[in-house]
Amino acid sequence: MNDDYIRTLVEKGKRIDGRKFDEFRKISVETGVSKNASGSARCKIGDTEVVVGVKFDLGEPYSDSPDEGTIMVTAELIPLASPEFESGPPGVKSVELARIVDRGIRESKCIDFKKLCIRPGEKIWMAFIDIYPLNDDGNLVDASVLAALKALQEAKFPKLVDDKVDHESKTNVGLKLGKLPILTTVYKIKGNLLVDVNSKEEQVIDSRLSISVADGNIHALQKGGDFPLNIDDIKKAVDIAIKKENELVKFLK
Amino acid sequence: MSYAKRFDKRRLDEMRKIDAKVGVIKRADGSAMFQIGDTIAIAAVYGPRALHPKFLQNPEKGILRCNYDMISFSVPDRKRPGPARRSTEISLVTEKALLPVLDLKQFPNAVVDVFIQIVQANAGTRCAGICAASMALAHAGVPMSDLISAISVGKVSDKIVIDLNKEEEDHEEGATDIPVAMNSEGEITLLQLDGNVNKNELFQALEFAKKGCSEIDVIQRKALKDFYKGVKNE
Repeated sequence: MNDDYIRTLVEKGKRIDGRKFDEFRKISVETGVSKNASGSARCKIGDTEVVVGVKFDLGEPYSDSPDEGTIMVTAELIPLASPEFESGPPGVKSVELARIVDRGIRESKCIDFKKLCIRPGEKIWMAFIDIYPLNDDGNLVDASVLAALKALQEAKFPKLVDDKVDHESKTNVGLKLGKLPILTTVYKIKGNLLVDVNSKEEQVIDSRLSISVADGNIHALQKGGDFPLNIDDIKKAVDIAIKKENELVKFLK
Repeated sequence: MSYAKRFDKRRLDEMRKIDAKVGVIKRADGSAMFQIGDTIAIAAVYGPRALHPKFLQNPEKGILRCNYDMISFSVPDRKRPGPARRSTEISLVTEKALLPVLDLKQFPNAVVDVFIQIVQANAGTRCAGICAASMALAHAGVPMSDLISAISVGKVSDKIVIDLNKEEEDHEEGATDIPVAMNSEGEITLLQLDGNVNKNELFQALEFAKKGCSEIDVIQRKALKDFYKGVKNE
């Protein structure tokens, strides 16, 4: 499909798949991707599909926060998911994806890191949150956040025997999550603001803004794309993200 | 002590429950999912497409490139993301297992890329990956003379069994793992072994593999047909 065609269509107020600018594709979130994860989930938005697994493991606390555990978010853009992904060490795109997800979760404080402390200064729980897109049809980051939050809701700590983790056996203790940081990315094409672009639209965006919102408060922002956003765009984008929080959080109930 | 009864109560020649599906990754040219017991593999095929770097190109025919890996949370201890020596080797033997049924003469200088990911692991992952890859290649419309089916057979303590699960692989009296792949004629395209068996045991195991692969072949073909039935009805 011609890139100009998509952009011209947007100028006329239309999208290639007939959606409204502020309309997501069909969303589904389910758990139980891998029994070997502490918790795992799959999120589909249209044909975009992401799986996320959480695994708890032991670690040592950072010296500046001896009584806090931590999270570690990784994204692997495996070439199975798109003709554009290549094997090899994480590129800038996967690092950015992981960092956006990380910051939303971290800054919203939906996980109480103090509760991940086992012995101050010595032993903590680390929650490894690993993101794998299985099919990239655009807007991976919004799908990744939904899947990550669902996996965290689902996660159960493994058994701890003599300070060693028994990964084969789970307890029935999970995390108590606070207000969930829902992420909506708003994309700008030809002066118009859209949500949930598909992979064809994603190739012709001018800029984007990912906005993490928990209970109406903004916890993380990330601007991307080659062109600037003006203040008015940002105001509108934030309004969209706040509205979408209520819509998307329902999938995590 | 002998291994009298299997941990999950299967017969010695009984595989775990199998599920297969085609068309699971829309972005790919061909894709499939293959589940056997708690082991789940997905495969995506991209190509034939231009091969880079150029010095790898073959002007006579297209090449097959397989890439097997495991998702970090597919196993009990988190696997560090990215390829390692084990996955590199499995990628290689997977390529060799599939190549005999492919006809890539029409595609000089091109590559057919096969990406396999294990989503949930409970033994037999390379065989599940090969089963998924074979279906994904057929789904992609790559010219093939046959399908490839694969199953792991082996010995747990003193018993020859088919489709070892993780618990059996870790049996305290030792286990021998023999991954086998074959075409529908029973010609073997993958054979590996880790452990200790005598000749009789090996051939008994291969008999099991032949029977298992022919059952898998039926399931693979059905999944492919079901996909195209679905297409017609849509």
